[in-house]
This record gives sequence, C-alpha cells and structure tokens, in this order.
Amino acid sequence: MNVVDLGAATVRELNAALHAAEDGTWRVLNSRGAHALAVGLNAPVRVEIAGHAGYYCAGMNQLATVMIEGNAGTGLAENMMSGLVRVKGNASQSAGATAHGGLLVIDGDASARCGISMKGIDIVVKGSVGHLSAFMGQAGNLVVCGDAGDALGDSIYEARLFVRGKVASLGADCVEKEMRPEHLAWLAETLEKAEADAQPEEFRRYGSARNLYQFKIDHASSY
Amino acid sequence: MNGPKPGLRESALFDRNVIHEIQRAAETGIYDIRGWGAKRALPHFDDLVLLGASMSRYPLEGYREKCTTNVTLGTRFATKPLELKIPITIAGMSFGALSANAKEALGRGATEMGTSTTTGDGGMTPEERGHSQLLVYQYLPSRYGMNPDDLRKADAIEIVLGQGAKPGGGGMLLGQKISDRVAGMRTLPKGIDQRSACRHPDWTGPDDLAIKIEELREITDWEKPIYIKIGASRTYYDVKLAVKAGADVIVLDGMQGGTGATQDVFIEHVGIPTLPALRQAVEALQEMDMHRKVQLIVSGGIRSGADVAKALAMGADAVSIGTAALIALGCNSPKYQADYEKIGSAAGFFDDYQDGRDPAGISTQDPELSARLDPIAGGRKLANYLRVLTLETQTLARACGKSHVHNLEPEDLAALTIEAAAMAKIPLAGTSWIPGM
Amino acid sequence: MCGIVGLFLKNADYEQELGRLFAPMLETMCGRGPDSAGFAVYNESAPDGAIKVSLQHPDMTYDWAVLVAALESRFGAPVAFSQNSTHALLAVPADEAALRFALAELAPEVTTMSVGRRIQIMKETGTPQEVVARFGVREMTGTHAIGHTRMATESAVSTAGSHPFSTGMDLCLVHNGSLSNHNRLRMNLRREGIEFRTENDTEVAAGYLTWRLRQGLGLQQALEAGLKDLDGFYTFAVGTAEGFAVLRDPIACKPAVMAETDDYVAMASEYRSLAGLPGIESARLWEPEPGVVYSWSHA
Repeated sequence: MNVVDLGAATVRELNAALHAAEDGTWRVLNSRGAHALAVGLNAPVRVEIAGHAGYYCAGMNQLATVMIEGNAGTGLAENMMSGLVRVKGNASQSAGATAHGGLLVIDGDASARCGISMKGIDIVVKGSVGHLSAFMGQAGNLVVCGDAGDALGDSIYEARLFVRGKVASLGADCVEKEMRPEHLAWLAETLEKAEADAQPEEFRRYGSARNLYQFKIDHASSY
Repeated sequence: MNGPKPGLRESALFDRNVIHEIQRAAETGIYDIRGWGAKRALPHFDDLVLLGASMSRYPLEGYREKCTTNVTLGTRFATKPLELKIPITIAGMSFGALSANAKEALGRGATEMGTSTTTGDGGMTPEERGHSQLLVYQYLPSRYGMNPDDLRKADAIEIVLGQGAKPGGGGMLLGQKISDRVAGMRTLPKGIDQRSACRHPDWTGPDDLAIKIEELREITDWEKPIYIKIGASRTYYDVKLAVKAGADVIVLDGMQGGTGATQDVFIEHVGIPTLPALRQAVEALQEMDMHRKVQLIVSGGIRSGADVAKALAMGADAVSIGTAALIALGCNSPKYQADYEKIGSAAGFFDDYQDGRDPAGISTQDPELSARLDPIAGGRKLANYLRVLTLETQTLARACGKSHVHNLEPEDLAALTIEAAAMAKIPLAGTSWIPGM
Repeated sequence: MCGIVGLFLKNADYEQELGRLFAPMLETMCGRGPDSAGFAVYNESAPDGAIKVSLQHPDMTYDWAVLVAALESRFGAPVAFSQNSTHALLAVPADEAALRFALAELAPEVTTMSVGRRIQIMKETGTPQEVVARFGVREMTGTHAIGHTRMATESAVSTAGSHPFSTGMDLCLVHNGSLSNHNRLRMNLRREGIEFRTENDTEVAAGYLTWRLRQGLGLQQALEAGLKDLDGFYTFAVGTAEGFAVLRDPIACKPAVMAETDDYVAMASEYRSLAGLPGIESARLWEPEPGVVYSWSHA
C-alpha cells in the first residue's frame, strides 16, 4: 500500500507515481478538494482518495479503479475509457461526461449534466441526478435509483436511461420506452455490480424517439 | 453575355443571389448550409503593403544571406515544445469533413516541409498520425473520438473554443457524410445528421478552463503544449483570458476561416475579419508582456507568402492554412468543371462541402470520389505549395532587410485603405495617419 | 470569470475569528481570479444616527483629514475615522442621500465603496494573497463576509471594476459568470436614476437589484425578478445587513458549493475554499439548485 499525503506531496508527484505504476494500491490523504487527482491512469492500479476530490477526478481513466470516500467535484471520471470509479458521497456537475466505457458508481447524488454526451460508459447513481442529465447521450447506460431533474436526455442519441424515481421532465426527443426482459437482465447484473439496493422491475426506461436524426422543418422548435 | 437590357435595374439589396436564397428557403424550410469561409469582400492583408528597402534600409541577398523561418511553439509551460521549420501550419479539419486520403495527403505534405497538421471534430485517424510528423490534437465540445491514448500520441493539444466561420457555434456533419467509419469514430448512428454542442460539456468560462488545462497537463505529464483556438470576436478580451487560463499558444481564426459545414448566415455575419482580430490579439499579448512568450498562430484567408509576411509583420508567430491547403490538393480545380456542373456548381464557386459529393475527392466520404485524390501526389502538391509560401515570405522579408521572418514588424507595413489602417492600426501609405488615433 | 466566497456565522463565538476563517477562503480562489480581489465584512453597527462609509483613493498619502473635517463641518458632529491602506472607514452622522451628495461635492476624486449601518467593503488590484495582506483581513471580526477574486473578462482590471459592488445601504453583490444583456440594461437603469462607474456587467446586476429594492420588492423577489431580466450565466452571492443570499441562473454552468454546520453556513465556487473551515469533515455539503434563491439571516 502506497500512502501519499497531499499535505506534503504535490498532485504532480501523485499523478507521476500513478502513471509510472503497473499495479498496486495508493491511498491519498488530505485531498481537500484538489483538482485532477488520479487522471490519465493507464494500468490496473487501485487508488483510494480518503477525502473530497475536486474537478476531473479520474479523468480519462483507463483500466484503473478509483474510489473516492468523500465527494467529487465537476467532471468525475470524464472521458473514462474503462475501469471502475466510485464515489461514496455526491458528485458535482458533468459526472461521467463524454466517457466511452467503464463503470461509474455514485453512492450519493449527482448534480446537473450527469452523463452529458456519454459515449459508452455505464453510470449508476444511487441517489438522484440534476437537470440536463444524459444531454446528447450517444451510447452507454445511465441508471438512476432516485429522481431525475429537468430535461432528462435532451437531444439524446442512443444512450439508454433507467430511472426508478420521478423524472421532473423529459428533454427534446427523449421518450419513455418499453422495458423488455433483456433490459431487466442487464439492470439486475449492473445493479449488483454497483452494490445498489434496488430491483430492476422498479425502473422505467427512457431513450431517443429518433425524430431529430434528420432535420425536418416540423421539428424546428425542438432545436 | 453583354449584361441586362437598358431599363432593367437590379436591386443591390435583393439581387439575384438573395432572390434565389429566399425562394430556396421558401421551398425547403431549412437554412442554407455550406462549407468554406466568408466569401464577401472584407478588409484584409491585400489592403496592406510592405515597405521594401531602398536608401534608409538595406535588403538581404537571396541564397547567400540567410532568412530563417523556423518557429518554436509552446515554450511557456510544456517540456516538449514544437519545433517547426516554417511558420505555416495546417489548420484543424476533421476526418469526416475530409476524406481519409485528404488527411493523409495533408500529413505527408506538412511532414515534408517540417510543419504540423491538426486533427478536427472527429478524432485522430491512424493515417494522419502515421503520416504527420507533428500532429496537433483538437479538444472540442463534442469530444468525438477523444481518448487518452491518442492524447498521449499527440505532439500538442488544441482546446477549441470556436472557429472563425462560426464563433459561438458547434460542429456540423450531415448524414450523407456519416459513413460507417465516421460513425464508428464519433459513436453516432450511421447516416444521421450530427448535432453538436457549442459549449464544452464539463467547463464554461476561463476560470474553469484553467482547471481543465491543469487536468490535460496532468494526464500528459506536462509534456505537450496546450493551444487554445478562438474564432475572432471579442479578440482583445479573449486573448487575455486565454493567457490567464494558462495557454501556451493561441490560435486565432478570423471570419474568413473555412468550415466543413455550417449555416451561411453564421459564416457571413458572425465574427470579425482576420486583420483587426490579429491586431487586437497582439495588443493584448503585448499589454500582458506575453508577446512571443505565448505564441500566436493566425488563420482565416492566408493565401500567399504576402499574406504570411504581413501577418508575421503584424506580430503573429505563425499562420495556419485550411482552405488554401485544400485548394492546393485540387479543390475547385478547373479540371473537374464538368463534374461541378453536374452537381449544380462550377470550378471556382464550389463550397458545398456539406454534401459530400466533392469531385476532387477531398470533402467527401464516397469511396469512388475519395479515390480520385492520391495521397502521395496530394502530399507532394501541398509540400510544393508550402515551399512557395515560404520562399515568397523569405523574399519579401529579405527585401525588408530581415534575416529572420520574425523580425518583420508593423513599421514595415503601410495601409492602402482607411478601413485597413484603422483595423490594423497601420498608417495610411504616405502619411502618418491612423484613423482613431 | 472569478471565484466567489461567503461565510455567515451562526455561532457568535466565532465572530472574533471571522477574518481568520475567511482569509484562506479568498486566497484559495487565486487561480480563478488573479487580477484583483474584494470583500465585504459586516461588523459593529455605526452609532445611532450615523452610517458607515468605506472610501478609497489610490494614493496612500491622500490627506483624509481634510475630508473628515469638511464632513464634520457639513453635518455639525464628529466623524469617526480610520485608515486601512488605500481605504478610509468613516462613521458619519447623516443619512445616505445627504452623505453621497456631500462626498460627490467635497471629494469627487474619492471612490465610495460601501454605505450602510454594518457593511465595510474593501477591494484592490492584486492577487487575493496580496489583498488579504494589504488590508489585514485575518484580523477582522464580524458576523458575516462575502468576497470575490477576479479574472477580468470584458472590462478593465481596475479597483473600480472589482467586486463586491455595493448597490444600496448594507447591500452588495459578487458574481461568477458573464451576463449578455447588461449594456441595454445599464442604459435603462441610468434613466431610472441608478449611477454606474464602470463597464462591468456585475455592476449592472447590482444596480438592477437596487432598482428593484427601491421599487419596494424584498431581496428574494428582486432576485427572482432578476432571473427573468438578467440574461447570461451567473452565480450570485448577495450580502445584506443581517445575512446573505445565493442564486444560480437556470442553466447553472458556473459552480457553487455550500457547506453548513451548527456554527456557520459557507459558500464558494470550489470545495477547496471550504476545506479549511472547522468541522468541515462533518458539514452538510450541497450544491444550490438552479433558479432558486437561498438566503440566511440573523434577523
């Protein structure tokens, strides 16, 4: 176990050590909301952040596991390619933004724009998500055990959304869709991976109505 | 044609082009989308001239007396700045807007001349990375194809806030160009009309951009220069903010800058020309004592070595070419006149990049059309053109007595029109008058 | 573009330490705002019949005594005075209108930073570290404070262009973001009698609130009216005699983090600014919802 105390070491030193490693576990103390923690990881290392993370924690993560014991700031696991990122507390805006793969688990709430422009990531939020979540979501899955804020899935492409609680409003071209056995099976497996205490049958599915895929004048007001 | 009969009078406001456009809009119900940059006449480098040596200044001989052209980009924070042999780079253009052969040709040509190319709003192709010795990787609001492996393979990172053709607008690619390969790279369904965001998904404003830059530097271990690209608008403030946010290099694209596709009204009516934008940018850098410390690359209507020399004289560290590079590859060549006519256009007028039916095989995804552009021959053409641009720049610089192109300065210029004098803050030729000063 | 911070003490035991807790909050926001910094502190009330005014002159050798004497003569009573770097803090036995009139007449070269019963605003160019050191913020006491670190966007880096902007008695505003319709608004507000000294968009927002309050709206209503009338991106923190308020625009791209314990409510653009506050590890942390006015008051 490698221990890095950000009261003494710098974020640069932490990230340099993580970039040089091929495996191992790191515990980061005194994070105090520092930005760019554990970014650009490219090996199956494990990082535990014993506190709050600032912006872009685990940004562009590939293969690594990053666990945040406090809250995380804007852009948690943004553009992640693979691996696992989990935050025990809440995540701020744009969690999982533009990410291509991997699993992001948020034990608390996520604020606005959770999964914005997602490109293949799976996100599980045990609490609620804020407005414009999954905005322009292209691929991947967003699972929300709590409620979703306004304009869920606005301008969505092919991402799949599952919400257990209330949806304040749906965004442009986002509609409720039928839950089929394959969705329930996928949900069951994913909820278990995320250690989420919820049943697949409690969720509703949302996705693209695909009306904005080709510009038609009758939909001009959606733009 | 001898012109209209006496007694027929065309309206300057509602001329035939405007009539055509209004009736097209009435037919289709959609705005006109096209490629290229602003086509209307604007104050530009043509309105400036260089003051060659005579009695008070002495010129340099060609060949024997060197006029060096090398540029270093990214000296502020990066541990591995870019070394270019010439002060001309290839601007960001996406694979998707352009064919794979075109991207390869650009890479080959740029490499032969020791300069860089730039990816576009669609990600990095292996062809471009393979053939481009120096590759700048664009970081755009859409983040199509963005991934850390390509980020690490890049030589520099260009964070795009906007481009000259559409400051405040996002990317656009219509369904006919979303081929299987393009769709795969962008994680989009094939054949749809791509909608793109105009703001970045995880930051808005220079204060949060500063933190994003920190992240990108941390991911790449502080090695790579970070460029910030802006479309010319409130350039004076934008440049100061880009510096404060932490940029190593600023890329400034005037309204004449081209695009693969956007609304015609955006191209022609938003943004300011390259000339005043360049002056504002240099002023902003000088006020912050950052001129030459944060390098400035300017694009938007660079066509000849005269444009290059004048842009450098006004204070740019380098220029970037987009439209001109495509023309060098064969875009709008008269040899395709018959093909242009078949698709309702003509050589010298073609700007329908959005359609994807480019007879020159450049702005298309159609395999038959793309095959018309041989990447090796194209690369040679681009290299030739870059060579001419460089030789012209050196010729003009030597005539002004400069042994390095960066020693060109605003005092080597005179203006021919009042607009250019005011915009560039260069005196009207034969006078010491600058309007407004 | 900027960093904003606010600290509201619920526990009076901490009033002696307000500055010691507040200064690091401001300093941590240096990256977001290296050009200039400012703050409003709310402490002892002015004596009955008097109001506090914070004035600034860039020249530290400016002879304040002349102005003090002139004011004493004008209002026929003693004026309390102390100097803090480029600022002078006075308690003048007058009402707001008479005081502003007198200042404009007697010392037009001096800038009025704040007027009120409890407020004191100070701001200068420089990093927040420099501003904190210049004014001795760490030693200040009071019940609440809001502050701002500035990265100038469209107007000049100057003392006058710095936040907080004071809009009326004990009221002030700091802003992170960028408005888009402030130029026309400024023109309209000028016709309503609001005065502006800079090209700054935040000054317009501050003037707009003053105008709304003068129309008889409460602070909450004024801010809610602002949601319709002010276009652009903003996180606002507003200081009042008895507390403060926070509001984010409906799009909510600019950040805001809140922390609450039994002893205080704190607000900042980034969590990092709050990380040094006592008991922060067990504080309730949340982000304000867009388009919702949050406010706290001692009254």
